[in-house]
Amino acid sequence: MRSLLGVLLTVFFLTTEVLALEPSEILKDPAQEARARSISKNLRCLVCQNQSIDDSDAALAKDLRLLVRNQILSGKTNEKIISDIVARYGDFVLLKPPINQKTLILWLSPMLILLAGGMSLYIYFRKRKSADAETLLSDAEKEKLAELWKGNRS
Amino acid sequence: MPRNKVSFISLLPLGCLFALSILLGFYLWQLGSGQKSLEELPSALIDKPVPTFNLPPIVGEGVGLSEKDLGGRVSLVNVWASWCPPCRAEHKILMKIADTGVPIFGINYKDTPEAATRFLKNLGNPFRAVGADRTGQTAIDWGVYGYPETFVVNKSGRIKYRHVGPLTEDDLHNQILPLIRRLQ
Repeated sequence: MRSLLGVLLTVFFLTTEVLALEPSEILKDPAQEARARSISKNLRCLVCQNQSIDDSDAALAKDLRLLVRNQILSGKTNEKIISDIVARYGDFVLLKPPINQKTLILWLSPMLILLAGGMSLYIYFRKRKSADAETLLSDAEKEKLAELWKGNRS
Repeated sequence: MPRNKVSFISLLPLGCLFALSILLGFYLWQLGSGQKSLEELPSALIDKPVPTFNLPPIVGEGVGLSEKDLGGRVSLVNVWASWCPPCRAEHKILMKIADTGVPIFGINYKDTPEAATRFLKNLGNPFRAVGADRTGQTAIDWGVYGYPETFVVNKSGRIKYRHVGPLTEDDLHNQILPLIRRLQ
């Protein structure tokens, strides 16, 4: 059992990212290729919608990968390349949506729910504590309990 | 008994969940009634001028299609390919629109000249002009992600509407034609 777990863990940690990127697409300059990777890992493939363009085999994803690389070669900054693609496809093309008026609910709702949950847990436990205190034994019950203890010992 | 009393605050998470499910339910209901699917994304180019492009014709040199052809009157731009079955399916709708006199311009996406020409010869040519987008670069400039896609362009050359997927009779009568009438 233990060795199986070991094997599974090894496999898990040895597995590297599998990209759809084809060798012919890779730029010669490793620094530029690294830039291309950092840009495209945040761009959504709109055909499959839950993969980045690096992970997707879709033709559009490949075209966008080539577009990103061509723009890098033509000397554009990362920000300019990304904003050009957002201008065409909208914020949805970004896997991490920016915080703006449209996405405010998206970003705030987990925090609000966590806050509400935490608050109600806090209040629940505080109430329970005070409820426990109220249900402590009465004097008569204490006496009876003491007697029982005595009886047990003798 | 204090323990049995349900306080307002302990109902808060449940209330949040309830409110969220109402919100999402409303969203889904809206999609259902508006004939929109979850996959259909809003275009980022709505109300923006058409992108700058210049495409050669399907066959030979000469005039293809560029942004200068659009504007001046309400027109449609259809992105299609002979290899795309939904494009084939919507073709008769495009022919109907062409019959009404509204100009339709075609962007032929990643096609071969032979296949594209055969497609138009067999099914009819609804297009005033067609530009051949061999690399798919112009389609990216238009924010195209599925085929076919149809854009409605107003008189001043701005994109007013984008339809993803094949046009149906229903789309034609309930969306496209009323919008064209309004813009004219």
